[in-house]
Amino acid sequence: MTKENGKYLIEGDKGKWEVVIGLEVHAQVTSNSKLFSGSSTKFGAEPNTQVSLIDSAFPGMLPVINEFCIHQAIKTGLGLNAKINLSSVFDRKNYFYADLPQGYQISQYKNPIVGEGEITLDLPQGSKKIGIERLHLEQDAGKSIHDLDPSNTFVDLNRSGVALMEIVSKPDLRSPDEVNAYVKKLRSIMRYLGTCDGNMQEGSLRADVNVSVRKVGDRNLGTRCEIKNVNSIKFMQMAIAYEAKRQVELLESGKKVDQETRLFDTKKNETRSMRSKEDAHDYRYFPDPDLLPLNLDKNLIDKIKKGLPELPDQKKERFITEHKLTPYEANILVSEKEISDYFEEVVKKSDKKLAKNWIMGDLFASLNDKNISITDSPVTSSKMAQLIDCISSGVISGRTAKEVFEVMKESGEDPKKIIESKGLQQKSDPKELETIIDKIIFDNKDKVSQYKSGKEKLFGFFVGQVMKISGGKANPKLVNDILKQKLK
Amino acid sequence: MSDITKKSLTEIVRLVKKKEIKSEELTQSFIKNINNDKKLNSFITKCSEIALNNAKNFDENPKLDKLLPGIPIAVKDLFCTQGVTTTAGSKMLENFIPNYESTITKNLWNEGAFLLGKLNCDEYAMGSSNETSFFGNVMNPIAENTVPGGSSGGSASALAADLTPATIGTDTGGSIRQPASFTGTVGLKPTYGLCSRWGIVAFASSLDQAGPMTKTVEDCALMLEAMVGFDKKDSTSINRKKESYSKNLTENIKGLKIGIPKEYRVEGMSKEIDKLWKNGEKILKDSGVEILDISLPSTKYALPAYYIVAPAEASSNLARYDGVKYGFRSSKGNNLIEMYENTRSEGFGDEVKRRILIGTYVLSSGYYDAYYLKAQKVRQLIKNDFDQSFKKVDAILTPSTPSSAFKIGEKKNDPISMYLNDIFTVPVNLAGIPAISIPAGLDNNNYPLGLQLIGKPLDEQKLLNIAYAVEKKINFKQTLNRWWEK
Repeated sequence: MTKENGKYLIEGDKGKWEVVIGLEVHAQVTSNSKLFSGSSTKFGAEPNTQVSLIDSAFPGMLPVINEFCIHQAIKTGLGLNAKINLSSVFDRKNYFYADLPQGYQISQYKNPIVGEGEITLDLPQGSKKIGIERLHLEQDAGKSIHDLDPSNTFVDLNRSGVALMEIVSKPDLRSPDEVNAYVKKLRSIMRYLGTCDGNMQEGSLRADVNVSVRKVGDRNLGTRCEIKNVNSIKFMQMAIAYEAKRQVELLESGKKVDQETRLFDTKKNETRSMRSKEDAHDYRYFPDPDLLPLNLDKNLIDKIKKGLPELPDQKKERFITEHKLTPYEANILVSEKEISDYFEEVVKKSDKKLAKNWIMGDLFASLNDKNISITDSPVTSSKMAQLIDCISSGVISGRTAKEVFEVMKESGEDPKKIIESKGLQQKSDPKELETIIDKIIFDNKDKVSQYKSGKEKLFGFFVGQVMKISGGKANPKLVNDILKQKLK
Repeated sequence: MSDITKKSLTEIVRLVKKKEIKSEELTQSFIKNINNDKKLNSFITKCSEIALNNAKNFDENPKLDKLLPGIPIAVKDLFCTQGVTTTAGSKMLENFIPNYESTITKNLWNEGAFLLGKLNCDEYAMGSSNETSFFGNVMNPIAENTVPGGSSGGSASALAADLTPATIGTDTGGSIRQPASFTGTVGLKPTYGLCSRWGIVAFASSLDQAGPMTKTVEDCALMLEAMVGFDKKDSTSINRKKESYSKNLTENIKGLKIGIPKEYRVEGMSKEIDKLWKNGEKILKDSGVEILDISLPSTKYALPAYYIVAPAEASSNLARYDGVKYGFRSSKGNNLIEMYENTRSEGFGDEVKRRILIGTYVLSSGYYDAYYLKAQKVRQLIKNDFDQSFKKVDAILTPSTPSSAFKIGEKKNDPISMYLNDIFTVPVNLAGIPAISIPAGLDNNNYPLGLQLIGKPLDEQKLLNIAYAVEKKINFKQTLNRWWEK
C-alpha cells in the first residue's frame, strides 16, 4: 500500500490498484417504539420482554406503521441533502430464520422513502462529496444465541421489529480513511438530528461493506465482494485493507474475484466466504399487502425541514466566521454535537481564543486520558468558562491556570475555590509590584546600566527576578508595564 | 313456542328484546341441535359451557339496547378467539389458543352476542368444498355426502342446519358466497377494508375480507352492522362513519339500474343456471329496475390472476408457521432446516402445500414480472371494468356459482375444476368491491342455487336493499329432513 498525493493505492507486482468501496449502513432509528408495533426499543432488557404479538408474528397480527419513525427517516434524508420520495412502498423480503418470526422482513425495495443525496467529507487533502444512493426503512430481526447451550439455539425477539434505516452510499469511497470519515460524518449528522444515537457497541450502527479493486486509471468497476455486518469503524478499515489486498493478489495471479458475501473474522483479521452469488437467497420481494403505499404530504416535509436543527456543515461555517476558527479547528469542534454545545457554552461567557485552545488542548487531553466523553467531563462548560475568565481578567496566569485545571479535571471543583484555597491569585496591585521592582533595580545597578546602554535582552532577567520574588504570582502584564517605565 | 332455532336472527333478537325468550333457553336450543348433529362435522370446537355461562350472565343483567342481545353465535375457525382454540382448519394450529380476540368477533360480543363454537373450514381457508380441513370434510345439510362449499363450509352448514342463528365467514375468492349459494343461505362479502382483518388468520391479505352469513337479507344487514367499524390496528381498514344497514333496509328499489355482464355467460353453463339468472332479471324488472346489458371484458383473466395473487400472498403469510414460536413442531430433524422442513411437511395439508409452491414460484426472481406483476395489472383492468360499468349501473346481477353443490370427493383430485367454482366470485375480490349471494332457486336435485349482486365500493346498503327486494319476490323455501340427526 502506498499513499500517493493522499491517495490510497495498493502496490501490486503488476501495477498500482485503486480500491472502490460502497457502504450500506444500518442505523437504528431513535424511537421509543418499534417500526410496526408499540413495543419498547430500550437496549439491554431481559430477553423476550419487549415483544408484542406483532413482533412475534402471531396469527392474524398486522403491522401498523410508526409515524414517528417515518418522520425520523425524512429528517435523516433532509440531513443528507437527499430527495424525499412522496410515495414509497413497504415490501416483504422473504426468508426463513429462527429469529425472523414472520418469515419475512418488512423493508423497502423498489421505492424507498429517501432517494439520492450526498454528504461532504473533510479530508486532509481537501473536501470530498460522497453520493448517497438511497435510504430506506426496514425492520430489524431478533437475535439467535448459539452459545448458551451445546445443542439448542435460543432466540431473543427484543430487537425483532426495531426500526432501521439502511443508508446506501454510492461506490465513491476510495480508502479505509475515507470510510472512517464517512461513517463518522454520517453518525455525526444523525446524532445532530437525533435520529440515531450511533452507538456502535449496542449495535445501533452497523455496516455491510462492498469492496472491489481496479487498476489505477481504469474506469470500469471490478467485481465486488460484500462484507456483512461489520460493527466498528476499526473493523471496517481492517476488513477493507485485507479484502482489497486479497482481491489484488487474486487478480494479479490471473484469477477472478467471485461476487460473493463474506464475513470479517475480527480475531484472525481476515474475510472469508459466507455464500456465493449462486447460493444467494431469492428473497421474493413483493409489496406488503398489509400496508398501504406510504404517501407523504409535501407540507409535512416542509414542516420537518423548517424544524431541522443546525447541522455540522452549517455549524462549521458559522464557527469559522463567528468564532474566528480555522476550518481544521471548526471541524474538530463540530464533529460531535456535544463538543460544539460545550464550546458554545464556554465562548458565551469567556474569551474565544482561550476557549478554543483550552478545549482542544487540555480538556481533550484529559478526556482522552480518562477515555470519557465530553458530557461526562468533571470540568463542566461553566467551570471551564470561569477558569478562562480568571485568566483573561488577570486573576491567574496561563501557567497557574494549568495547575488549577489539573485539580479541576480530577475533582470537578470550582476554579475560583481552588485558586482561593491554594492562594494562587496573581499579584496585581501596582504598588506592591513597584516595591518589588524598586528593590530589584537597587540591587542590580550594573545590569540596569547595561540594559540602558542597549543590552535589551536583560529585560527578561528583570521579569524573572520579579516572578522569583513574587512566587510566580505577579501579573506579567503589569510587571512588564512597570518595568518598562522604571527602566526608561 | 315453535322451534326457535328455525327462526331468523332478526326474529330471535325481537323475541329476546320483548323478553319472550331468555338467552339461556335460546342457547340451550342451539346446543341441543349441535349435540344432535352426528354427521355434518361443522364444528371443530364446541363452546357450550362458555355459551351457557354467557347466556346466564346476560339473563341476569340483560342489556337490550344492543344489536345482538344475548345471541349465541358460532364463528369460522379462522377468527382468533381469546382462550378458545383457533385452528384455521390446520394441524399446524390444532392446539393453538390465542390470548387475544379478533376485532370482528370482539365487535359482535360488544353488541351482546357470545361465542357458541368454532366452525370447520378449509385449511387456512384454501378450498371450495371444505374437503381440505385437517378436521375432516363437512357435509351440506341439503343432502348426505354433498359438500357445503368452501372455505366457510362449516359456517354455511351449521347455519343451514339451524346450529347457529347466524355466523361469520371470510371471503378471499368466494369463500362466503359460494357456500351460501350451496346451502341456500345469504352471504355477503363487504368492500375490502370495511371489516377489520386484525386477528383473522391470514390467507391472502389483499383479498381477505370477513362477512356475515345468515338465513335472511335482513339478518345479513343486522350482522354487518354489528361487524363493521374502523380499526386502527389494521392499516387497510377504512375510516368512515358506521351505517345503520338494518334500520335503513328497504325493498323499494324502483328506478335503480342493474347490469347483466355478458362475459359471465360462460361456456357450458347449465340451463338451470341460465334460467335462474333470467328469473332474477325478471324479478328486478318487476320491482321497477331498469336492466342493462354491460360488458366486463377482463373477466376471463380474473381466475388465473387470482390463482397467482392469492397463492403469492399465502406463501409469504404462511411462512410464520415454522414450528419455532407456537403451533405444531415436528419432533424429527437434527437442525433448524430439517425442523422447518418436517414441521411444514407434516403440519400442512396438500392444498396448502400446493398453494405455497405456486406462490413461491410466481414470486421467484425471473418469474415475478411474468406472473405476479402481470396478475397485478390484470387486477387493475378488472377494477377498471367495474368502475366503467358502475358509471352506468347501480349494481350487477350474476349467478353466484356455475353449478350447485357437488358430491364429496367429486372434484378433490381435479384442482382446476375445483378452482373453476370461483369463476363468478373471484373478480369481486380482485376489485375489492362488495357482493352478496342470496338463495334464488333449486335445481333438478332440489339443491339450492344462488344469485350474486355486485355493488360499488361501500355501497352495501343499496346491495342489501336490492337483495331484500329480490328475496321477498323469490320467496325461497327449502325443506331439510334433518338426516344428520339420525
